[in-house]
Amino acid sequence: MEERSTTRSVSDAGVPVRRRLRIGDLTLRGGTVAVSLGLVVLLAGLLVVLATGAAPALSQLGLSFFTSRQWDPVTNHFGALPYIYGTLVTSTVALVLALPVSIGLALLLNEVRSKWVRNPLTVLVDLLAAIPSVVYGLWGLFVLAPALNTYLAPFLARTLGKLPVLGALFVPTPAVGNMLNAGVILAVMIVPIITAVTREVIATVPADLREASLALGATRFESIRMAVLPYARSGIVGATMLGLGRALGETIAVSMVIGNGLGISASLLAPGYTIPAVIANEFREATSTGLQHSALLALALVLVVIALVLAGASRLLVRRSERGFR
Amino acid sequence: MSDLQVIGLNAWFGADRVLGDINMKVEAGRVTAIIGPSGCGKSTLLRCLNRMHEEVPNARVTGKVVYGDWDLYGPDVDPTDVRCHIGMVFQRPNPFPTMTVLENVVAGLRLRGHYDRASLHDNAERAMRLAGVWDELKDRLNRPGGRLSGGQAQRLCIARALAVGPDMLLMDEPASALDPISTQQIEDTIQELKETVTIVIVTHNMQQAARISDRTAFMLRESHDRPSALIEYDETRVMFTAPTDKRTEAYITGRFG
Repeated sequence: MEERSTTRSVSDAGVPVRRRLRIGDLTLRGGTVAVSLGLVVLLAGLLVVLATGAAPALSQLGLSFFTSRQWDPVTNHFGALPYIYGTLVTSTVALVLALPVSIGLALLLNEVRSKWVRNPLTVLVDLLAAIPSVVYGLWGLFVLAPALNTYLAPFLARTLGKLPVLGALFVPTPAVGNMLNAGVILAVMIVPIITAVTREVIATVPADLREASLALGATRFESIRMAVLPYARSGIVGATMLGLGRALGETIAVSMVIGNGLGISASLLAPGYTIPAVIANEFREATSTGLQHSALLALALVLVVIALVLAGASRLLVRRSERGFR
Repeated sequence: MSDLQVIGLNAWFGADRVLGDINMKVEAGRVTAIIGPSGCGKSTLLRCLNRMHEEVPNARVTGKVVYGDWDLYGPDVDPTDVRCHIGMVFQRPNPFPTMTVLENVVAGLRLRGHYDRASLHDNAERAMRLAGVWDELKDRLNRPGGRLSGGQAQRLCIARALAVGPDMLLMDEPASALDPISTQQIEDTIQELKETVTIVIVTHNMQQAARISDRTAFMLRESHDRPSALIEYDETRVMFTAPTDKRTEAYITGRFG
């Protein structure tokens, strides 16, 4: 028999027991169930709204929405390929640049013993995460992009650009805004979040495991490689997903430096365009009845699907590499 | 195997001097037990012997530890070298959960650049036989190292420490987190191991020290403003039957600690 009374009851031993705790438990359970159901409903509702809004464009344009490079509100033809391509490329560049830096930084923040080095650095990284993206955009436009265009781009074209396959990524163009700039600025923006989460994850690695590896004669680097990073792997993947989410969705800063060009070029030094950027640039002109409106919603749907697929894939990856562990 | 000489050893955690002027000789090929009440610096002393103490932030050591004619705290000594010769087993079994049983055992060998599968397997078998886990785990070599019982995990850790071929094994209360049967197995393992390696074991269990060790050291920290000292160090049977120091006698007869 379950005791549901919320007043004082008497236990077997005859000692009065207050039932206050039970109310707390019920409230907590109710609250958490409500919130988690709410989240599911929110996501489902979002997808439904996006899907219904996107339906006219997708049904009218069919597969050409995904394969066409034309985006022309005048002729009502909308092809999303350049945006999808630009989004994926800039996010990939951002991750490739940000991940090693973030993991290195997170390790440094954990391994450095002097708190005079560690604490200011930690605060600094957290502060970087708090800077509004439009500020990054301005800085990117006025400082980073000119610097990259003047020094880094010609250098990359001269060196890596000469390599057989990789060289295609660094064919020079005269454009001021390009995908490399966007990737770099995104990297700067996602380093703080990846670093902060990775640092927390690494801090949870049991000291036992570090000691075990050190006692086997591992150097500190070897200890990190054999004990710390494998244990923290799933958390680092999670941190990367947070960073990737931010990179995929970043709008202002990217649209300020990417050049907003509709071409699809293998070269990172060519202009590009991303899904968030085009949505931000065109939502004002899209009337709620026109096909452009529907096409923009379809773009949003594609962005959400990309994000969900990548998040799902990463979980799968972690699960597979972690069979039996924990 | 050689004797290990501890000469004028002091150890600190920050400003707290926890070991004061410890002198003792660990004899080769024998089992030496370090006993004493909680907080008396047994583990710290043990961790000074293979330079693990300095891995704790703000920890510091002075004095000498000489192994054969090798000064372990000499200026050009690489601590990772020391730890290859003097292995360690910890209180809580700590196999790497991300590695399989086999990978755990050969982890130290891989660090030293051994990658040949057949020889790694042979070495793992030898070490696991020495540690007395081969029969139990030989069919589970590819299972995760994190899913073993406490006793198996601890003997796996002993095998892991043995695989690199150390001359000496430091054991920090290796059975205190285990059930009586597993404890018995660990103690049996220690008896067999002393043919091959010198063993120093820290234990708070006096019966265990009496059962398995040849020599016993008794440590005591008499007050917080003074470091721990080595009170008495002798053959185990002498220590437990006719201790010289009153404090040793008080401790082993159970009057404190």
